[in-house]
Amino acid sequence: MMDQTPINLLEIKNLKKTFAISSGLFARPLTLTALENINFTIRKGETLGIVGESGCGKSTLGRCILQLLSPDEGQVLWLGQDLTKLPAEEMRKRRQDLQIIFQDPLASLNPRMTVGEIIADPLRTLRPELKKDERRARVLKTMEAVGLLPEMINRYPHEFSGGQAQRIGIARALITEPKLIVCDEPVSALDVSIQAQILNLLAELKDEFGLTLIFISHNLSVVRHVSDRILVLYLGRIVELATGDEIYDDPKHPYTRALLTAVPIPDPKLARQRNIDALKGEIPSPINPPSGCTFRTRCRFAKPFCAEQRPPLETIDGGRLVACHRWREIEVPEEAVLGV
Amino acid sequence: MKQVLKVEDMSVTFALHESEVHAVREMNFALSEGETLAVVGESGSGKSQAFLAIMGLLAKNGRTGGRAMMGDVNLIGLAPGQLDIYRGKDIAMIFQDPMTSLNPTLRVKTQLAEVLVKHRGFDKGKAVKSAVEMLERVGIPEPAKRANAYPHELSGGMRQRVMIAMALLCQPKILIADEPTTALDVTVQAQMLDLFKTLTDDFGTSLVLITHDLGVVAGVADRMMVMYGGRAVEKGVTDDLFYDPRHPYTLGLLHSTPHIAKRAERLDPIQGLPPSLEHLPKGCSFNPRCAFAFDRCLNERPLLTETGNGREKACFYEGPMTYGKVA
Repeated sequence: MMDQTPINLLEIKNLKKTFAISSGLFARPLTLTALENINFTIRKGETLGIVGESGCGKSTLGRCILQLLSPDEGQVLWLGQDLTKLPAEEMRKRRQDLQIIFQDPLASLNPRMTVGEIIADPLRTLRPELKKDERRARVLKTMEAVGLLPEMINRYPHEFSGGQAQRIGIARALITEPKLIVCDEPVSALDVSIQAQILNLLAELKDEFGLTLIFISHNLSVVRHVSDRILVLYLGRIVELATGDEIYDDPKHPYTRALLTAVPIPDPKLARQRNIDALKGEIPSPINPPSGCTFRTRCRFAKPFCAEQRPPLETIDGGRLVACHRWREIEVPEEAVLGV
Repeated sequence: MKQVLKVEDMSVTFALHESEVHAVREMNFALSEGETLAVVGESGSGKSQAFLAIMGLLAKNGRTGGRAMMGDVNLIGLAPGQLDIYRGKDIAMIFQDPMTSLNPTLRVKTQLAEVLVKHRGFDKGKAVKSAVEMLERVGIPEPAKRANAYPHELSGGMRQRVMIAMALLCQPKILIADEPTTALDVTVQAQMLDLFKTLTDDFGTSLVLITHDLGVVAGVADRMMVMYGGRAVEKGVTDDLFYDPRHPYTLGLLHSTPHIAKRAERLDPIQGLPPSLEHLPKGCSFNPRCAFAFDRCLNERPLLTETGNGREKACFYEGPMTYGKVA
């Protein structure tokens, strides 16, 4: 687990990201607010899960942290240094510390490079001083760490299954000896048995190399399994941030609760007993979000005043965060949480 | 209970340049009225190809053997013209990605109405009216407005509802749903599964749910069929397979699935990779990944045999299965 005094590896302050959406040749472009008022920290050695429905901004957040997208406003402080202000050359060096794993393993690997070349590629730019045999030695060591056989080094990505390809992607991220890896839906495209293998691999690598992970996923069961703390996003805003146990045992935000009750449980008796707090409708358009609390249009606890003011992100119960006007009033009996 | 579909000794083979691949072999099952059967397996297990074959939708190099009896009619081997009498009307299929199943250039109502004009001889006006009613039944808000939309103007969940509406227009006896909720968010998935329950309970539709997600299965399926390497390896009532799995692969799948209400330190995944259908292992196809395999499993293939209480399994191992720490 963590040290007595957790070190804040990363601090996100007032992050905002918008995209201009073309609405026709002569029309004024519309603004889509993908992320707004994002504030949180990531502690050294933890796994932070980021969950939410499609379009909630979870992947955009991961990319803003890595500076693959430039935020409009706000700071991304890496050990106190603001990455958003870093010149491109400096940022390139910093990328040794911050890596990413993508959802579709095959699509993220260059089909014309061998496995060895793919895994070695980050070293060419980030560690140009390494000699060829040193590079090869590192590639082989990393391949072993992720469970790839040495004889696979000269093969091409198309010869591999999805799970094996994801191991190649993980090796490529790992070879620069990063401190933090953003995992963007790393197991969503994989078969169940392979998914479990990759989740175990990530947990082992985290322990072995002292990694900090940001784990982005729409699958709450998977996030529950891997995360120390969980951040819940809705329409580009944080609605709740708490430890995994707090989120699953005692969610404060109505959205978190609705998400949890919607997660399928692989247990027929529990599944039948469950009383699903089904959310009505679908996520509103981020181009024209509802006024006040953006969740109010789907919230069964919403009151007229929820439409007037945006709920602030409050710190409660020793450090967890929640953004809801009514979280104090909507205590529900324990068994209602997972619906069982 | 009345049987609506009986599949006997069905096989699916694909011709390659110099060889052939057996995607499905020796498939046998019956589907009752109003029942939900989950067909579970990983990629390459043959779960989708089996039902594409029943619908006559295989790729050109595919060949189907055996029988799929809907009443007195064998769907396999019917000429496309004859198949069209039943397809869409008595038996319908929906897919994971609704965008690739809908015509992007036609309005939703045009696509829906076409089904009724073709199968039930409705005139255009009446067909559109029924189409809008069906959109409302599957939970689409402002159905009249949405009916005028093009598919790309709708969200993923909305498109999947349109597909379901289209499949239900002729009130088919059998609906085959191939990973219908895999591309959807959990909240929309929950709405969709609820809709499936209404269909089977209120309309008496028989549902075949093809999926890899045991969480989805637990919520809706009456019976299950687990497939591996092109064959069914275990069949039975859903609760039996979840609480007392008899095939090591079923057990392995259960241990690979993260459970939201329990946090284990590590999952106990099945070791290794699913087999290539071109090079199935000798003996039991699962033996290289099985923690319980013994000599017999390496040389002889276990047949699907009844073990009582309507259960069947294809496995020689009869001892207790404690999982994970053994492997």
